[in-house]
Amino acid sequence: MTLLYPLQSLAAHPARLSPDYRSTVKRSPQKPLIPMRHTLSELTGPVYGHETVRAHDNDLTIQAKGEPLGERIIVHGHVRDEDGRGVPNTLVELWQANACGRYIHVVDQHPAPLDPNFTGAGRTQSDADGYYRFITIKPGAYPWGNHHNAWRPAHIHFSVFGHSFVSRLVTQMYFPGDPLFPFDPIFNSVTDEKARARMISSFDLDNTKPDWALCYRFDIVLRGRNATPMETK
Amino acid sequence: MSNQRPDGVTPSQTVGPYFKYGLTPNGEYEWNDAFTNNLLTPDTSGERIRVEGKVYDGDGAVIPDCMLEIWQADAQGRFSDPQDARALPNSSFKGFGRAGTDKSGAYSFDTIKPGSVPDADGKPQAPHIVLAVFARGMLLHLYTRIYFDDEAGNAADAVLALVPADRRATLIAKKAGAGGTYTFDVHLQGDNETVFFDV
Ligand SMILES: [Fe+3]
Repeated sequence: MTLLYPLQSLAAHPARLSPDYRSTVKRSPQKPLIPMRHTLSELTGPVYGHETVRAHDNDLTIQAKGEPLGERIIVHGHVRDEDGRGVPNTLVELWQANACGRYIHVVDQHPAPLDPNFTGAGRTQSDADGYYRFITIKPGAYPWGNHHNAWRPAHIHFSVFGHSFVSRLVTQMYFPGDPLFPFDPIFNSVTDEKARARMISSFDLDNTKPDWALCYRFDIVLRGRNATPMETK
Repeated sequence: MSNQRPDGVTPSQTVGPYFKYGLTPNGEYEWNDAFTNNLLTPDTSGERIRVEGKVYDGDGAVIPDCMLEIWQADAQGRFSDPQDARALPNSSFKGFGRAGTDKSGAYSFDTIKPGSVPDADGKPQAPHIVLAVFARGMLLHLYTRIYFDDEAGNAADAVLALVPADRRATLIAKKAGAGGTYTFDVHLQGDNETVFFDV
């Protein structure tokens, strides 16, 4: 079955059932997914949401009266498709823990302090070339209940739309050299090393602002039309 | 920016348990919503409906930290996207909605019954809404479709025809009394597992 958005692109994603991440065991289907040809319903997608983007929503350090604590960072990059083309004017949403590894979400009970000056939510729109930029605080690692002494590597959650409903992506951006990588079942649910590397931002000295903030680059690659099938291992 | 061809897509990761304040704050958190579960605008034409249900895991337990997104055509079967070359810019109906489940695993969308959209061969499909399901424990979201039990077109729908007859009911929202409410539960796993599509 040849599709405008080839299914081969999906090979980079984790298996839905990844038992080392325990919550997948009861939340992944056991019956086979049914292949189907894409119709207009799958090939189109929402091209709005941008009107809710306010002028400073991409700067998470100025949302409150005071400045949040922690290490100020710039996170920027391009949203591209698999053919290397920038994805223009697409909505990019992010959310994250604060510098101490604590989310403002009421369910988060990690005994680390909340920061009254940091919410941890942001959104922006990519420009005509697919470029986006956020200013935020480097999030801390945090513990979770998956197994004994389980800690998530520092990460920022990203949500991106792209050209169609089948290019929708929710992912997590990691930081280079994190010592927790070998122990995290969510990161390692992506079994291909090169694919895992695409979730890790790179330190960007050229765009680091002297006396102000380190910069990390995170390019996000969405499914492409007519993408050449990946080599199957 | 380099035009080098990337070596693949960025892999998906779970939305996790803490997305609410960023993606579905719904008045409970200070952040403003980019999208809501109410797709209706004053100028939206068509039959106003509510689709509601609950989301269940493999133990039959409700999932209180699930996010659902829908995408649909308007009542005339047109998508609010310039890629649908047939679209008429005569309504502010956008066709996209996002909802989080509550403590009881329940969600709802207020929208209109979509019109018919052509299938891959150009034949009319039965009215349907595309649904994406995200949650903690889901490393990659799932796609399914919401059809309606009072649509005669279901019998000839090419996508429904791909589904084994004994599982088709999982894709069909049931009219719940008067008032345009339909019920559509999602079972991620188990005897009543919802049919999900590999798209
Ligand atoms: Fe997280």
